[in-house]
Amino acid sequence: MNIAVTGLNATDNPGPGVPVIRSLKEVKEISGNIIGLVYDPLEPGIYLENLADKCYQIPYPSSGLENLFNRISLINEIEKIDLIIPTLDSELYGFVKLQDKLRGIGIKTFLPTFEQLNIRGKDKLFDFCKENGIKVPKNILVASAQELYKIPDQFGYPVVIKGIFYEAYIANNFDEAHSAFNKLSYKWGFPIIVQEFVKGDEFNVVALGDGKGKTIGAVAMRKLYITDKGKGWSGVTIDEPNILSVSHKVIEKTKWRSGMELEFIKDSITNEYYLLEINPRFPAWVYLAPSAGQNLPYALVKLANEESVPQFDSYEIGKIFVRCSWDLITDIKIFERITVKGEN
Amino acid sequence: MADITIPKNLAVSDSGFLFLTSTGETFTLNEIGHFIFKQFQQNDSFETVKNKIAQEYEVDLNSLEKDLDDFIAQLKAYNLIETK
Amino acid sequence: MTKKRYERPIIIKHISGLMNKFGSNPTASYKSDIDGVAVEKLVEKFGSPLFVISEKQLRQNQREAYRIFKTRYPKVQFAWSYKTNYLNAVCSVFHQENSWAEVVSEFEYEKARRLGIKGEHIIFNGPDKSREALLRAMKEKAKIHIDHFDELYTIIELTEAEKLKAKVAIRVNMDVGIYPMWDRFGFNFENGEAWQAIKRIIAAKNLELVGLHTHIGTYMMSAEAYRVAAINLGTLAKKIKNDFDKVIEYIDLGGGFASHNTLLGQYLPAEQVVPSIEQFADSISSGLFELSFTNEEMPTLILETGRALVDDAGFLISSVIANKRLSDGRRAVIIDAGVNLLFTSFWYKHKISPAQPNGSYTENTTIYGPLCMNIDCIQDSIALPALKVGEKIVIHYVGAYDMTQWMQFIAMRPNVVMVMENGSVELIRKAENIDYLMERERVPEKLLLKKK
Repeated sequence: MNIAVTGLNATDNPGPGVPVIRSLKEVKEISGNIIGLVYDPLEPGIYLENLADKCYQIPYPSSGLENLFNRISLINEIEKIDLIIPTLDSELYGFVKLQDKLRGIGIKTFLPTFEQLNIRGKDKLFDFCKENGIKVPKNILVASAQELYKIPDQFGYPVVIKGIFYEAYIANNFDEAHSAFNKLSYKWGFPIIVQEFVKGDEFNVVALGDGKGKTIGAVAMRKLYITDKGKGWSGVTIDEPNILSVSHKVIEKTKWRSGMELEFIKDSITNEYYLLEINPRFPAWVYLAPSAGQNLPYALVKLANEESVPQFDSYEIGKIFVRCSWDLITDIKIFERITVKGEN
Repeated sequence: MADITIPKNLAVSDSGFLFLTSTGETFTLNEIGHFIFKQFQQNDSFETVKNKIAQEYEVDLNSLEKDLDDFIAQLKAYNLIETK
Repeated sequence: MTKKRYERPIIIKHISGLMNKFGSNPTASYKSDIDGVAVEKLVEKFGSPLFVISEKQLRQNQREAYRIFKTRYPKVQFAWSYKTNYLNAVCSVFHQENSWAEVVSEFEYEKARRLGIKGEHIIFNGPDKSREALLRAMKEKAKIHIDHFDELYTIIELTEAEKLKAKVAIRVNMDVGIYPMWDRFGFNFENGEAWQAIKRIIAAKNLELVGLHTHIGTYMMSAEAYRVAAINLGTLAKKIKNDFDKVIEYIDLGGGFASHNTLLGQYLPAEQVVPSIEQFADSISSGLFELSFTNEEMPTLILETGRALVDDAGFLISSVIANKRLSDGRRAVIIDAGVNLLFTSFWYKHKISPAQPNGSYTENTTIYGPLCMNIDCIQDSIALPALKVGEKIVIHYVGAYDMTQWMQFIAMRPNVVMVMENGSVELIRKAENIDYLMERERVPEKLLLKKK
């Protein structure tokens, strides 16, 4: 089968496309092409040899679904795509809305529902966690700078100011909050999330839900090194039943359908785990999962094919990933092809 | 006699992809832009280029002149041509 | 020899992050007709700029919205929000689709009456209702939605003086978790003001409290907020039944559902993030069902939906006046429709399509209107193909507020036509001319250059 994957931007703020493809490439059962769908001609995944068989440029989500669908239809005529795996947050709403139309031209998807995507919204995640006894830092959503004045009443500085899709800043006072608010709103629009700051180590889980409440697999990791952008640059698989059970609970209660990442922080004083965020797609470190024995991207492909998929019951503890900066050298011809023709 | 010259450090491929070797900047030309550029490279004058386009394409001379002026202004702004 | 199709010469510099011609190109497709009528033909006959309204789309929107609510809640009544678009033809379509009239001024009230709407099917909202207007509304049994205590006491006074009965509702404002909270209209729920107003109405023997109304905001992106609003009003209705044995006829949740227009500063297009009418309906009906009304108590749900029903039925056709290159190299086009016609461009990133195929190369373009005023900018940056002077563009989703907030400023208001269901085109508002403009003016004798 031919599988298309988005998000080949393996940059210092990486998308998960490259590791998803890498996970699929290791599976002998998958014959057919892997097609990379890219937004920018400089997405590193285009230039990685033996990764995508073919790459195509697609329109940014902000340019409208009709354009996106038309472009995909065109690519589909050439490549006969069987399955698309979108991997970026900002794409998901669009693909969820397009899934029926895509099915109409023979392309499967395996996506969360609209409601599941919305669960990261403040009251929903907050209420959901409260109802299910999961600890979560306090959150407010703000849509104007004035509302930042509410912060001291709510929980006091420092706070974390987050964009609706990406990026976060720690703000120690109103001025810093205001400056972060401006940067984020300019870039990602509204609303902006203001979150109570919890100090401690970061833990993450990559998981896959089957859409009926079952967790197909889940691998927990502690970040060993975090970049100044807050991205995990290395991490190690760990055996921590606490956060795994929270992940199972989230998948069970939401009937999560698709891959996901759960971000936790362990309060350095109380040693309690707080659920910071649910990301509705695989993380950029998802390749650690197959390396530790759970090929979750491949399991997602099987779920999309409506094959029965057994649950993974364990994974190897102590597997480490270390991300690496590596300069790919190529000729300007490839850049030209992707720029001018939109494909390579 | 050419009234427009194109610097030597420029590479244009058949697809209309333009690479300024001195600065590393890259550009894309549409079909007509590419056509015009090739004529300038052959040292055709502004008038000659204009007439060639008018022969090949469905366009009136006034609009063409406006578009050419605008195009040349852009090329100049990007340091891709020199005019006398 | 046939010549090749001409396209303006274009050069695009590659800038990382912005170099996706397969992406930043929302206008690769074009819109050459509206409901099957060619844009070119419309302009030929009615001029440019030109507002076009689709009758088919209006009816479809209204029927669909009714079906969606009706399948979730048994008693539903829509009331057309006049201020959103009060062209007679538009109002008439909604009235034919069984909508009442929701008016916020005396002239809108009069418009509704002239269009044949009975007083009892008019909801009279707004903070400014004169004594004369109130008297008329009482006599004609319109539903008066009281905005403030001064109005309430005026009504009590009038009913006593004129020996009249009045059917009233109160507008309630409340905190439903959205920002900004609209507290300038009506009586506050949380601080007990609303309850105080209710008690005063119940005590007045000539006033009948028939409904409860709220309108939580505009362009709402949260369906959940409506659930909270429905529960709050429902709770008041239950309490009124409980304390005074009075059954409230209706709960009016106002309007505010977002349309498909994308706000400035919103990253994803509205089509991807705006809740559907189904989601709003789910929230409202689930809120009302939580209160488990008995059959007799169950209030009618009134909706004053405006924007979401009319926005995508309106188009503005405009022609290119000139192409420009700004000092920083950016491209600009000047079109013949300005912000005086398109007030909503101050907060929307309108969807704009060329009306003819213009090639696939686009350039980031600023669109200016024709007014000799710096503020006359229709869109700051949009990817557009090269457009020739005289070519047309179609601005989408302009059915709401543009045809009420427009003004004659430098340029006058153009024709408005409706493409009918059968494909014919009817002029529904004639373009203004100098006579229309000067008819209202008077020049004092001593100022006249030409003496009579």
